[in-house]
Amino acid sequence: MAGTGKAHLRDSPDVLLRIEDLVVEFPVGRTGLKVNAVSGISLDVLKGETLGLVGESGCGKSTTGRAIMQLPRPTSGSVQFEGTELTQLTGDAMREARTRMQMIFQDPISSLNPRRKVRQIVMEPLNIWKRGTDDERAKKVDSILEEVGIDPVRAGESQPHQFSGGQCQRISIARSLVLDPSLIICDEPVSALDVSVQAQVLNLLEDLKAEYGLTLIFIAHDLAVVKNISDRVAVMYLGKICEVAPSDVLYESPAHHYTSVLLNSIPVPDPEVAVTKTAIEGEPPSPVLPPPGCRFNPRCPAAQDICRSEEPQLRPVGEGHFVACHFPTVTPVELAAR
Amino acid sequence: MSDLIQASSRDIDGPLLELTDVTTHFKTARGLVRAVDGVSFTLDRGKALGIVGESGSGKTILSRSIMGLLPPRGTVRGGSIKFEGREIGNLGRKEMRSVWGKEMAMIFQDPMTSLNPVMKIGRQIAEPLQIHLGMTKQNAWATAERLLQDVRIPEPKRRLEQYPHEMSGGMRQRIMIAIALACGPTALFADEPTTALDVTVQAQILDLLGEQRRDRNMSLVLVTHDLGVVAGHTDVIAVMYGGKLVEKASTKGLFANMKMPYTEALLNSIPKLEDRSHTRLSAIAGRPPDLVNPPKGCRFAPRCPYAQPKCQTEEPPLVPTAEDPNHLYACWYPVGSPENAEIKVRLAASKGALAAAAGGN
Repeated sequence: MAGTGKAHLRDSPDVLLRIEDLVVEFPVGRTGLKVNAVSGISLDVLKGETLGLVGESGCGKSTTGRAIMQLPRPTSGSVQFEGTELTQLTGDAMREARTRMQMIFQDPISSLNPRRKVRQIVMEPLNIWKRGTDDERAKKVDSILEEVGIDPVRAGESQPHQFSGGQCQRISIARSLVLDPSLIICDEPVSALDVSVQAQVLNLLEDLKAEYGLTLIFIAHDLAVVKNISDRVAVMYLGKICEVAPSDVLYESPAHHYTSVLLNSIPVPDPEVAVTKTAIEGEPPSPVLPPPGCRFNPRCPAAQDICRSEEPQLRPVGEGHFVACHFPTVTPVELAAR
Repeated sequence: MSDLIQASSRDIDGPLLELTDVTTHFKTARGLVRAVDGVSFTLDRGKALGIVGESGSGKTILSRSIMGLLPPRGTVRGGSIKFEGREIGNLGRKEMRSVWGKEMAMIFQDPMTSLNPVMKIGRQIAEPLQIHLGMTKQNAWATAERLLQDVRIPEPKRRLEQYPHEMSGGMRQRIMIAIALACGPTALFADEPTTALDVTVQAQILDLLGEQRRDRNMSLVLVTHDLGVVAGHTDVIAVMYGGKLVEKASTKGLFANMKMPYTEALLNSIPKLEDRSHTRLSAIAGRPPDLVNPPKGCRFAPRCPYAQPKCQTEEPPLVPTAEDPNHLYACWYPVGSPENAEIKVRLAASKGALAAAAGGN
């Protein structure tokens, strides 16, 4: 399996999560074909860091998030979390490991059980793991609900449908926090929310991250949102990583043509500059039969013959900045040194 | 016969759409929900209007009130809606049928559920052509193919024979647009047409809507919560809050000279690409008002950083700015006014005092 390189992986004692050559494939019925959802990506996340995963629908960003949780298990590759190889774990050990990483989903309303009281929903993980006495559990749940801005008394009496979308997302966040995880994977947590509420939830995540010393993986398709919350961003396209960079660098000097496309697609709230032209035509091709070479070549404005035959590897173009492109818009470091 | 009446009462020179004091209230067990509460504006032919506001601001109900797409039970409607000079606010569903498609069409947020999953795309586009325009089946299918070309769908002939599940979300939204355009409407309503789509596809769909509007000299009403979406794609913007129109201006005028603190707050809550990462976002605290018991005075006052005692008791009227008679706003202490500047200074001072007190401890 052709990987997209590992030049960007860091050798640090603070690495909390390290993914290597992660491959996730799904069979297509009994046709013998398969969906190449994630095709050999490598990533690492340091303690206390926020990693943003960005890309269009079908680029494999959500599948990557789920594969880290081993839901479902990746086809191949390794996922090391807090020094443990998750792909080898089974049964109780796996369940135990999952308490250390939690997930928040896109649709806040359907990710909460509609029949139960909100307080019970948040308490359930503690009950399952029999953490503390009844009293301690109640105290913990109440303090976390306060923390996310939900009135515990109201949460004790009300069901999810009595809360707004933004409040339901706060409840999901509270539920993800009760087991004191070290890693939270946020899968498009603000895409379904209004801009005003989106800002509230993003601010809340930043506050909680600082207070609980969390590490976040933030998955979204909106680069402006991802840039705001992330320290480091990985841009994905059709199951591969195109570019990895600190988020400010990614915006200031995008090296991959696809990153530029994503940046140009964001609507700017200013009529003077908003006379945009369509940044890119068409949609990503099917991940069942991905194009050979660089997977972005059919839509890339700079594609040459080599892009159609040879897959680019990730290589450095700056401090912590890596790109998988034969003709990046920023000169690669090794060429500049010559 | 009905065509005759329409033709005689048609007002070609006036505005395409004229709303006067439109109200839409719903009877519920909790009481009367004032979803749209006295909205007036006009929309000219061929122009694009953006209706902006949070969930629960009444923007969707307003556009559905104009389209006549509200449940008949428990809905209390008031005011006047004139389309080409003809009153349509009091028409029933049966009478609206002649308006839908040919005069006004609508596309919705969720392209996944707006199409019939068990009907071929071709039939879904061709059927209204046969019913409304009396085309033969063959003609209708040929027109459907041309419509798919117009909305930039590759291989239109093959797509006509497919079912919705065989297409991506962006593709389906294009098909919704093709269906909406099929009978050549004078006005197209798009309710959050790109919210469910990727940013790249969103840009494509917005461009497509703008291009079709210009080609067909059609009016477009774009309903969204994102000021970024309307900035580049509308001529006029109406901002709604709590069922009321709180600011209306030309798109350029609005962004150059924002008056309503709510509009300013909406704009500031959008994360900006130019800002460093981890820049704190200015969220709007609290939630939109309960429309059963809306707050007295200005409805935005409970969440407004500049709110004064007057805002809590007296409702501000919709007034024009000094510079532009077409720029309307409803605020006692508008952004940019000397009174507002004074409040800003006081807010900054008290914040500074708080910080100093906290630092002293």
